[in-house]
Amino acid sequence: MTALRILVPVKRVIDYAVKPRVNATQTAVETSGVKMSMNPFDELSIEESVRLREKHKSRVADILCLSAGPPKAQDVLRTAMAMGADRSILVELGEKDELEPLAVAKLLKEVVQKEDRNLVVLGKQSIDDDASQTGQMLAGLLGWGQATCASKVELVGEKGVRVTREVDGGEEVLEGELPMVITTDLRLNEPRYASLPNIMKAKKKPLEKKKLADFGVDGTNRLKTIKVTEPPPRQGGGKVDSVDGLIAKLKELGAI
Amino acid sequence: MSALRPSFFRPAIRSVHNYNRNAQLRNLLSTLAVLEHREGALNPISRNTITAAKKLGGEVTAFLAGSEAKKVAAEAGKLEGVDKVLIAESSAYDRGLPENYAPLLVENIKKGGYTHVVGAHSAFGKNLLPRVAALLDVQQISDITEIQSEDTFVRPIYAGNAIATVQSTDKIKLFTIRGTAFAPAAESGKEAPVETAEDPNAEQTVKWVSEQLTKSERPDLGSAGKVVSGGRGLKDKENFDKIMTPLADALGAAIGASRAAVDSGFADNSLQVGQTGKVVAPETYIAVGISGAIQHLAGMKDSKVIAAINKDPDAPIFQVADVGLVADLFEAVPELTEKLKK
Repeated sequence: MTALRILVPVKRVIDYAVKPRVNATQTAVETSGVKMSMNPFDELSIEESVRLREKHKSRVADILCLSAGPPKAQDVLRTAMAMGADRSILVELGEKDELEPLAVAKLLKEVVQKEDRNLVVLGKQSIDDDASQTGQMLAGLLGWGQATCASKVELVGEKGVRVTREVDGGEEVLEGELPMVITTDLRLNEPRYASLPNIMKAKKKPLEKKKLADFGVDGTNRLKTIKVTEPPPRQGGGKVDSVDGLIAKLKELGAI
Repeated sequence: MSALRPSFFRPAIRSVHNYNRNAQLRNLLSTLAVLEHREGALNPISRNTITAAKKLGGEVTAFLAGSEAKKVAAEAGKLEGVDKVLIAESSAYDRGLPENYAPLLVENIKKGGYTHVVGAHSAFGKNLLPRVAALLDVQQISDITEIQSEDTFVRPIYAGNAIATVQSTDKIKLFTIRGTAFAPAAESGKEAPVETAEDPNAEQTVKWVSEQLTKSERPDLGSAGKVVSGGRGLKDKENFDKIMTPLADALGAAIGASRAAVDSGFADNSLQVGQTGKVVAPETYIAVGISGAIQHLAGMKDSKVIAAINKDPDAPIFQVADVGLVADLFEAVPELTEKLKK
């Protein structure tokens, strides 16, 4: 049986419940003083990795978490370890630096090789950039099989992985072999809350700090952000007080 | 080339000088449009992809792979804007799996010297194109809603709460489009020539096992003119079916659902409208028992007319709805359905 050596990349993003605001200079979304959390899809990745260990006790060798971000990104790594990850790497970037998916994929490729990983579980997208690229790019760079938007992950046989993925109009089932890249969809699982004792324990788990240069990765952006603006506001049209009023208004708007 | 670009994309100025310059540029730009098909027919979103490809101004080559590629090529070749169709006719590509499909595209993109590669931000495009981008060493631009010039694109970020304009410095611009932001290409009355693609026959390492698709007589959610969508307010699956189906039938609308409704098992996953589901922009969107969380609004706020029925007068959905009715949906919706039938 091939042991699973899992890598779970996690990203620190504006909390999903916060309504983002564009900054005054229209260069980015305001992040200072805003509540930040782990990207929700990444929580699913950790949960799934921990569940694999719980289900197949001896199969999972270790779960390594990685984040590339400002020093504060170590908060999300501590959360990941409180949920059950064994150790973490923080690739420290400048406060305003943001890696594009291609650069993240290149970094992850180096980490996979250095840390001898054979399964990478990522979120299907981060809720800030909404790019939905990193996992697929990593699989391409490594030449590994990929299963994106997973709603179910099962281990089969010696080194087989069976993944149910969500596609337009329903779902499909794929079967691949380790090494593999999997990205998680929201219905995969329900992430656990970290308990207080586990949060305390996580403080003692190893967290290594690195720089991009340690992995020989160039973080130069390929895309130049010209501007970031608020979407045109949608004006609520007011309320009606009966079904007849609703129908009349819809007719007036040419909607029915 | 970049010095010439602005004039190229400005509305046509009818001087001979500009005309020549445009003609020159048109020769320099060439776009590969990656199309999708199923059961021998082109997926509707591929028509939107063609429109986006055509907007760039250069020659457009449509790309199709799979055992039915030739059959679908006849359909694609008739669309306005398609100059050529390139096909890889092989059952190895029937499932659109990226492990062999990506090398197939990379080979043909390199060989054809395309400056732009475009596909749809659909399940297929999202799965495949980032892998292609990585193999070409370019940074993909996802889910664009506007092409400003050959290197500048507009895309929503933060679940549509901000709009970013980005300029690509990559040699090949590879991007996916939001289907609802581009009109579907019409028939041209002409037929573009079909050529055979280079097939590197890359190994497919992941095996397709099975699929389960939701069968429906209704219009497709992604492209329907009218959508009625139900949320947690419907309380259970029985109510969802009992209340939403007749309303959809009365309007000839597709049925959607909020994430809460899907998670509670009222409706199938594939019906979910939102940041993590489908993005729709129909003429008419009727939200029933949906509060209007950020994640749901991201999937429907570009609808032309939004109506909401909710018993909570403070529900955020009313802030975007063109018309709102504060009422118990269990009474209001059947009444609405009855009156619409007349």
